[in-house]
Amino acid sequence: MNEPARVQKDFSNAPLCLSGKGVTKIFGFGDKKTVAVDHVDFEFHEGEFVSIVGESGSGKTTLSKMLLGLSNATEGEIFFQGKPRDIGSGHKKKEYWKGIQAIFQDPFSSFNTFQKIDTVLLDCINMRGGKGLSKEEKFNMMSEACHFVNLEFKELTNKYPFELSGGQMQRLMIARIFLLKPKILLADEPTSMVDACSRATILDMLLNLRDEIGMTVIFITHDIGLAYYISDTVYIMEHGKFVEYGKADEVILNPHAPYTKRLISDVPKIHEEWDLSTVDLKAE
Amino acid sequence: MKNTIKQVFHSPKFVGGFVIFVAILLTMIIYPLFNPGNPLQQVSVGTFARPGTYVSLYDATKATSNTLRLPDADEKRVAASLSAEDRVAMVEYFTTMGIDISELDTEDTDALLQMWDDNYDPSVRPKGMTSAKVNYYKRLNTSLQDLKSGDTLVIAEEVDGELVESKKITTTDYVRTGAVANVKTLPLGTDNFGRDVLKELVSATGTSILIGLIAGVVATLIGLTFGLLAGYVGGFLDDFIMFITNIFTVIPGFVLLILITYSIGQEQRGAAVVATVIGLTGWTWTARSVRSQVISLRNRDHVNLSKLSGHSLIRIILTDILPYIASYVVMAFILQVSSGILAEAQLSMLGLGPQTTKVPTLGLMMNWAMLYSAHTNGSWWAYFPVILVITLISFSLNLMNTGLDQVFNPTLRD
Repeated sequence: MNEPARVQKDFSNAPLCLSGKGVTKIFGFGDKKTVAVDHVDFEFHEGEFVSIVGESGSGKTTLSKMLLGLSNATEGEIFFQGKPRDIGSGHKKKEYWKGIQAIFQDPFSSFNTFQKIDTVLLDCINMRGGKGLSKEEKFNMMSEACHFVNLEFKELTNKYPFELSGGQMQRLMIARIFLLKPKILLADEPTSMVDACSRATILDMLLNLRDEIGMTVIFITHDIGLAYYISDTVYIMEHGKFVEYGKADEVILNPHAPYTKRLISDVPKIHEEWDLSTVDLKAE
Repeated sequence: MKNTIKQVFHSPKFVGGFVIFVAILLTMIIYPLFNPGNPLQQVSVGTFARPGTYVSLYDATKATSNTLRLPDADEKRVAASLSAEDRVAMVEYFTTMGIDISELDTEDTDALLQMWDDNYDPSVRPKGMTSAKVNYYKRLNTSLQDLKSGDTLVIAEEVDGELVESKKITTTDYVRTGAVANVKTLPLGTDNFGRDVLKELVSATGTSILIGLIAGVVATLIGLTFGLLAGYVGGFLDDFIMFITNIFTVIPGFVLLILITYSIGQEQRGAAVVATVIGLTGWTWTARSVRSQVISLRNRDHVNLSKLSGHSLIRIILTDILPYIASYVVMAFILQVSSGILAEAQLSMLGLGPQTTKVPTLGLMMNWAMLYSAHTNGSWWAYFPVILVITLISFSLNLMNTGLDQVFNPTLRD
């Protein structure tokens, strides 16, 4: 496993940014009932880089949708900056989304293919109250955001998203966050659909962005190695529950839950023979 | 967008349908320029004049004539004058007289006349033949002899109560059609009211397409609005809209259409009213299918991102959902237009179409032809072209739809 890219900090005394008590999501009812997220508690602090790790179907994306306010929790309560979150009306939702933003897994489906890139970035400026700015000021802001993610706005203007590569689109997503400057960024497997070279660049950009804006990053991934590499705190999710959580070093270097151990053993090691004996096939 | 249009015009089925439809539209626009006037104007007295060119007899007699000696003119004249009944009567005479007719071809006028000349004897009265029949054969013989002798016709005018000869016409006198002042071509004859069928048909096609378009727009707008709202908003609104939609789905649309149009009454039933009613009863399938498309779209990342950008419901529906289902909506619209035209034809056949005195529609033309027994008296021109046009419009629209389906749904490509 590579050495972590971050300096381990203690966030336990930092103010709470987003927290939840007994958050549950149930789909269907009767025999068809599926508990996607099962009474989870969590505390994310300001400036913290949190990873939620789990395999497919463990409930990560469902939890992220609830955190974003895109779906309602069946039970439990979510607190934003220490107060119970209120997103009852369209106006309140809009206010909440000024504080929390997201980057999704698939850059190709994240953009409306019928809208030009300029529209996407202009929307962000308008959302931050920049409607009255002059054209030139807006252009400069968009150029700055693109520059932050190593893109040239002049080359992107008047282009449609499908004219860009996957890596470029995902970087544009980060540029969007740069313009919005939210308190929390929820990144739902943002690197799983881009190539290995773009992956490192995107992760570095996320870290830089966190440092630049001072926001909390909730990084959702199935790759525990990546989580160790990048995060301060790690939450391990299995069947809708957090089976283990804590500082990244503690959880990954000294795992207690069998599921965490299995996730760690599944990380491929380049210089070692792949030791199949560590994988419990019966458990599969 | 440009690429999509290019792709659409590379589909042979779409192009086929498009060409037929545009040809119909162009005819609708261009034909009235050459043949202006009210399409409901009566041009003939009496019903169902056969298709063809009509030359004014009066003007023909006044026109300067030339003498032409054509070798087969007499034959043609006799053949045209000898009706099918006359031919049958002649054969009957031969049989009564016990003459062998096994080698006679009744269509061969020369042979028939030759046999008649050889065998007809006015003095002989065959056994069992009535006096009326004997006299009929005498008259037939006289007219046949007259035809062959090529008598001169005398045109007389009435002057002070007396007939005065003004012109003699012989069998070799010919008049150029261009020299006759009044020549009218009626390519599809006239209908039961004596109206020019082609002119009426062109105008009716226009009205019917307009009815189809209005019905299509109304049905698509209602279906699209309901489908978008039900699919995107979900919850109670979805349940409510689907409840209404299901009610409309289970009541047979055509029965509903008949009841509504009947209750409106003949006086108020203009083409636009009928079209709107057709649209009001035909939106359910559009609503259901748009709803299911929207449900699959509403949880896509780009829609979530749009929500996170604080966009309003209307903006999300218009910019993030609608463009993605636009191709589907266009296809549904084309089908609605096609079924709107057919629904109008069906309604009009039942006598519930638009008011009959104002505009002709394809359905009304069929209705008139049916009411005046065009199909039983052999006046094919009154209804067959109408059927052909309805079929062509429907065929072209469905062909365009299939073509579009193949472009937008890659699994259907050949």
